[in-house]
Amino acid sequence: MSYLDYKVAQTPTGIRKILHLNWPLVFLIAAVASIGFLMLVSVAGGRVDTWAEPQMYRFAAGMVIMIALAFVPMWFWRGISVPAYVCCFLLLIAVELVGTIGMGAQRWIDIGPIRLQPSELMKIALVLLLAAYYDWLPARRVSRPLWVLIPVVLILAPTGLVLIQPDLGTSIMLVAGGGIVMFAAGVSLWYFGVVIAAAVGLVVAVLESRGTDWQLLKDYQFRRIDTFLDPTADPLGAGYNIIQSQIALGSGGWSGRGFMQGTQSRLNFLPEKHTDFIFTVLAEEFGFVGAMSLLALYTLIIGFCLYSALTNRDRFAALITVGISGTFFLYFSINMATVMGLLPAKGSPLPLVSYGGTSLMILMLGFGLVQAAHVHRPR
Amino acid sequence: MTKPPRPGDTDGRSITRRGLMLAGIQLGVVTTLALKLRSMQVEQAEQYRMLADGNSIKIRLLVPARGLIHDRNGIVIAGNEQNYRVTLAREEAGGDVEPVLRRLARLIPISDARMAELLDEFAKRSAVTPIVLADRLTWEQFSSIAVNAPSLAGVTPESGLSRVYPRAGDLAHVLGYVGPVSDYDLSKIEDPDPVLMLPEFQLGKVGFEARMEDVLRGKAGQRRVEVNSAGREMRQLSRQEGDQGATVQMTIDAQLQNYAAQRMGTESAAAVVMDCQTGDIVTICSSPSFDPNKFVRGISSSDYKALMNHDHRPLADKTVQGVYPPGSTFKMVTLMAGLEAGVINAGTRFYCPGHTEVGGRRFHCWRRGGHGSVDAVTSLSHSCDVYYYELAQKVGIDRIAAMARRLGLGQRHDLPMSAVAEGIAPDRAWKQARHGQSWQVGDSLNASIGQGYVLASPLQLAVMTARIATGLEIRPRLVRAIDGVAQPVPEFPDMGLNPAFLRVARLGMDEVMNSASGTARRSRIIREGWRMAGKTGTSQVRNITAAERARGVVSNDQLPWNRRDHALFVCYAPYEAPRYAVSVVVEHGGGGSAVAAPVARDILLFALNGGLPPLDAVPDDQRAAMKERHDAMHLFAPEAPRLTRA
Repeated sequence: MSYLDYKVAQTPTGIRKILHLNWPLVFLIAAVASIGFLMLVSVAGGRVDTWAEPQMYRFAAGMVIMIALAFVPMWFWRGISVPAYVCCFLLLIAVELVGTIGMGAQRWIDIGPIRLQPSELMKIALVLLLAAYYDWLPARRVSRPLWVLIPVVLILAPTGLVLIQPDLGTSIMLVAGGGIVMFAAGVSLWYFGVVIAAAVGLVVAVLESRGTDWQLLKDYQFRRIDTFLDPTADPLGAGYNIIQSQIALGSGGWSGRGFMQGTQSRLNFLPEKHTDFIFTVLAEEFGFVGAMSLLALYTLIIGFCLYSALTNRDRFAALITVGISGTFFLYFSINMATVMGLLPAKGSPLPLVSYGGTSLMILMLGFGLVQAAHVHRPR
Repeated sequence: MTKPPRPGDTDGRSITRRGLMLAGIQLGVVTTLALKLRSMQVEQAEQYRMLADGNSIKIRLLVPARGLIHDRNGIVIAGNEQNYRVTLAREEAGGDVEPVLRRLARLIPISDARMAELLDEFAKRSAVTPIVLADRLTWEQFSSIAVNAPSLAGVTPESGLSRVYPRAGDLAHVLGYVGPVSDYDLSKIEDPDPVLMLPEFQLGKVGFEARMEDVLRGKAGQRRVEVNSAGREMRQLSRQEGDQGATVQMTIDAQLQNYAAQRMGTESAAAVVMDCQTGDIVTICSSPSFDPNKFVRGISSSDYKALMNHDHRPLADKTVQGVYPPGSTFKMVTLMAGLEAGVINAGTRFYCPGHTEVGGRRFHCWRRGGHGSVDAVTSLSHSCDVYYYELAQKVGIDRIAAMARRLGLGQRHDLPMSAVAEGIAPDRAWKQARHGQSWQVGDSLNASIGQGYVLASPLQLAVMTARIATGLEIRPRLVRAIDGVAQPVPEFPDMGLNPAFLRVARLGMDEVMNSASGTARRSRIIREGWRMAGKTGTSQVRNITAAERARGVVSNDQLPWNRRDHALFVCYAPYEAPRYAVSVVVEHGGGGSAVAAPVARDILLFALNGGLPPLDAVPDDQRAAMKERHDAMHLFAPEAPRLTRA
């Protein structure tokens, strides 16, 4: 709740809504983004204009979008949940049909200067639709098989389309994001138990399928699994990135080597320093203290979101907040686990920190929804 | 709008319990991450620090050799040559590059302008990106830099391959060219291949090179090198070459292309030669041209300006990008539409008094005196406009447009080239959508003789000719084989046009060349077995005003170049067993029969003969002029030196 709550007991209207934003959350987001700018300056060898400056402009635009979205009342979001999902779904199909082919994966549509990545938008649209669904569904039906099947189909349909792009990472994010909303909505734990058991079975099947003619993953995906299981087996080939990343991270020590003093990142041992491996640069240059600070900031963001959700009596708003913060949580935990060698490398950005426009805009759009849920909560 | 307050947890709508469970799970994950961080950065920090300090092996990528491009006879039309250059990354020069550059300028010539350009580039790019300082050095320059390396911190002499186009301007438009990767190129590629970041990498920028990039690029190799603490390379530990890109054999015949380019000379023109059986594009030549090697090496701004400002537009590919009113070459389309619709038959006659009146407007035939009574065959051989004005009113534009599309006009033939135009086969719906106006009968009359809204590229005209000549739905292709594996020639389906009607159109085209009063009789082929059929076209690029008409016909010669008519010609041969279809457009050339037809005929003769046109194949009064033309040409030797696989 906002610190101003004691003053106004009614839902705010008009411009006064700005006083009711979740301000701590705004400052936390800005703090994380600022760490990002600092690291982008560092990986550019001290230059601001290479990566940091464009990223600042994007972040500023993202902030404006977030605050603008915070003013939009919940009835609107509830109303567009179905059309938004349908649009994203159609766009995903359109990507399949006309999408530009890049690196063997069809992921985006060019509309003039704008590059649209429908799978990213789908992450938000899916949370929105599932939240609206569980808001509409009477609580006693939540765990009935038929009423569980519907959201499962709603999650799996776009996931299937993303999977054939092929984009395994985003498919997992969609399933996990949708699962979080279902979990929060109170779907019986038995279902989750069954799904997890099935997933374990599937992983076994995938690994068994290797080399047979019903092979379930592409060769490069299998190689990533190998690299994950034993990066030292091929230290100069596929395992190179992960080993270099771990060396850089570990050598940061307690307090790090100092700003722009990281030898591993300076000497180009690290790949993708400004995107997927930016956490490594932070950990090398600012050490355990720096890395933990960022982790703490992320945790606080999740904490403030969850607190906002738990105190929100509007079920739709609460589910949106949980779903979006859950997606955000997946983003940063997957990226950190990857660079530390806890998960196979799959190329994901560190939210609010990595260089890149699309993921930043989607995140800020999501936080705009969280803010709107907060501002318009029933008093 | 707020919902009415809900009662507490009892109705199961609150998410408090599950929310707290979720928070617990997330806290668990965060704790795991924190513990892992602690174990790596605090407990094992020493081990990792030692690994980091001893970390001196880096992997550097090797640019793969780009795939070669051969013509249909194995002549190399895009190859690779050895290139010596020096690169420098700002960081490796100790941060300040200017003194290093000044010292380098004593060894190799670097102009002040180039120096400023380089400093600007260093300021813009990141400190670790190597930038090419000088390219295409001689061996002497290259070795003098290598000897002086100690005083040139960070300057790295490298030798690599660079694209070269032995046939220079002949194939510039179809092949396109390669060049260094720009930030704009990178912005268009998601998740780019890391090899694109290397300064010496060459990316297909336009044309065939760009469209076939994935095939031609190959796979990068790797080099393991040991570096010192400053990042400078000390020695190479291992080297694994990449895979060269695939060798692509095109359908183009480089010798014929060469002849076509020479034959068109300095005219602003385009020629397409297509194999009627396979759809192979044997020649696709736009004139005037430019030297693509200049683009690979970095074209000077004065050269570039000269190309941009040239009124004949050498950079434009007139064969596929250029669209023109096809003029009378479109008459076969209108005729076939009329025959197929059954509104006329081969014997139907119209009377041509030199003009026709429709809706109070007077439409003129090109011959003021009129052609008298005209049937289907003579309508083509005399190119009578009035015949088509009458026919258009009976058959209607929609059926004409449908026939045009069947014959390959108004559609994009997807060759691996840049900016292939779609052209326009206009009908009622098109005009409504495009101009928001309803179709007028006058529009039909203009369209019936290939004027007005009709637009076609030389490629489309060649496809149309091949389809009329064979009755099959021939589609053009440019790739003959990749890495020695021949691309299958598709079985072209029959277009389903009545063979008797096709014979009428072909007979008309035959009489254009071979009857006593044919419009292109002068350009006929007289050799037995090579009999040629064709159609002239002259298309206006301006409207003739009433005032001009009152003053009498203005001769083309009196007009400024860019307002003169386009000259067009389509043809095929041999008449009995079609082998090649040719289209030629000479921009602002004047009359189709006088300007375009001889060019098309000579190119066709070269194709049929597999070498210079034999003099005895043309009427004897033209042989001396032809001989003179041949003597003035600078043709590549038939057995051009083949580059070895570099």
